Amino acid sequence: MRHEAIDTTLAGHQERPYSPSWRIDWLVSDILVMTKRNLLRYVRLPQLLVFSTIQPVMFVLLFAFVFGGAISTPGVDYINFLIPGILIQSVVFGSSMTSVGLAEDLNKGMIDRFRSLPMARVAVIAGRTLADTTRNTFVIFLMIGVGMLIGFRYQDGILKALAAVALVVLFGFALSWISALIGLVTRTPETANVAGFIWVFPLVFASSVFVPVETMPSWLQTFAEVQPISVTADTVRSLMLGWPVENLWYMLAWMAGILVVFVPLSIWKYRRLT
Amino acid sequence: MNSINEHDAAIHVEDLRKQFGDLVALDGVTTSAPRGKVLGLLGPNGAGKTTLVRIVTTLLQPDGGAAFINGIDVVRDPQRARLSFGLAGQYPAVDENLTGFENLEMVGRLYRLGRKESRDRAQELLERFDLGDAGNRVTKTYSGGMRRRLDLAASIVGNAPILLLDEPTTGLDPRTRIALWEHIRELVSGGVTLLLTTQYLEEADELADRIVVIDHGRIIAEGTSGELKAQIGGDVLQMQFRTGDDLRTATQLLAGVGASEAKFDEDSLSLSIPTADGVDDLLATVRLLDSAGLKPDDIHIRRPSLDDVFLTLTGQPADASTEQELVEHGTVN
Repeated sequence: MRHEAIDTTLAGHQERPYSPSWRIDWLVSDILVMTKRNLLRYVRLPQLLVFSTIQPVMFVLLFAFVFGGAISTPGVDYINFLIPGILIQSVVFGSSMTSVGLAEDLNKGMIDRFRSLPMARVAVIAGRTLADTTRNTFVIFLMIGVGMLIGFRYQDGILKALAAVALVVLFGFALSWISALIGLVTRTPETANVAGFIWVFPLVFASSVFVPVETMPSWLQTFAEVQPISVTADTVRSLMLGWPVENLWYMLAWMAGILVVFVPLSIWKYRRLT
Repeated sequence: MNSINEHDAAIHVEDLRKQFGDLVALDGVTTSAPRGKVLGLLGPNGAGKTTLVRIVTTLLQPDGGAAFINGIDVVRDPQRARLSFGLAGQYPAVDENLTGFENLEMVGRLYRLGRKESRDRAQELLERFDLGDAGNRVTKTYSGGMRRRLDLAASIVGNAPILLLDEPTTGLDPRTRIALWEHIRELVSGGVTLLLTTQYLEEADELADRIVVIDHGRIIAEGTSGELKAQIGGDVLQMQFRTGDDLRTATQLLAGVGASEAKFDEDSLSLSIPTADGVDDLLATVRLLDSAGLKPDDIHIRRPSLDDVFLTLTGQPADASTEQELVEHGTVN
């Protein structure tokens, strides 16, 4: 009886099975296909990878040798203070590129093609944020390598250092979703590029990334202490330098908050594209 | 009646409406594409062709009315609808940084084909669309025609029973266009249902079983290419003379030639004769004129263009921009 019922239902459809997006293996497969597609861009355009890594490395050198002498960080060498912070800065900047990539896809009609396919709706954005996160990870290890060449040392063992790296990567992933929404809203690569950077600058510079917040005027200090980039920088720095880790839950809450708001918002925007 | 259409037709739209701000893109369009046939949607820029295709392919929400593809309501069940069709949009959607092979493989995977199946299908389609040698090259290096062919290949990777092509040959040179037509004909002979939009009467004539003429979001004519041509007069034998005497003599001489009565214009000294079998009538005309010692300045067969369709159906030429584009593409004689 039951088999018969199933057979009649299937006969009414196409030969291929109906694909609800909740099939987890299809969802994973779609996301991987899209991630691979976005990463192939770096294989085909190696100069893209070269230039997107030169800038973070240049920042390390500039801050270490140019500004470093003028910034006082009591109780710690500036290079040890700087590296954990500048890792955050570079993933934040890197994540802002997610908007440009998506806007380019929109402009070239690729998003139309994807939206007309029976693929998981989330995969186009997730494939992009994951590819950008992969690139971020590569850049982070490169920067740590350069940092170690000019005197950086993590102080509390490799495990805590790796945990710190994992937090930086996750933080970048969360920010990519904000950036994704910006790309879907702005729609052109040029606007996405500008819009993707504006919100990043005050957050990165009014933070504990490059300088201790105690040196800022008190009204700015209040902002600088609570905003997610400082909270993340403090956590990562504490893990790398063996300081007491105070802000971990606070930081995880920020990340979870960003994801909870911006993942659904980006998908909603993607579905409603015209 | 309607419910039969919805489920039997490959594509069925019912009183479809869409507005962008003040601009009415679709003003209540109802039409169907029967299975296994080619439906041509003919109209100038801004007629609403692309809007209709985008709604049917789930890319755009209609303001009113309904659209069904393969019997599936595209608004209510878009994800299931997407398994039923392949789409090649107005501009080729190929990833420039991937090779032709990688592009097709990716689309195959997203159509739920297995890894091996996707690869085999990609290779098969590359061969079929004469891209076998270019398959391992990044598509950035492809010509316009090659991109179109790859885009077309991508739209059929999933073996969907219905195919929608939005202005598939716009911007191609005449030779490339004719080659692409061949590929499209081959697809149709394989049994897929095709909805094709075009600005070129010639293209609709070549490929479509039925043509729907659309302007300002409304259907203004519908029928086979023969029916439409009958409505707009079909081919015309056009002659130009040097003097009014020549024109009058010729008009009397050629009274028996052509499908219906000739029109002559004293001011422009031109004579036009509607014709059903153009070449035969042309030869007859030449013989008659020659035997009477009459030599026209110019004589040619004029095929109706999209502009003629619009002149006849709406009393107005197609938009100026369209005219310009048609001239550039060499379709206006």
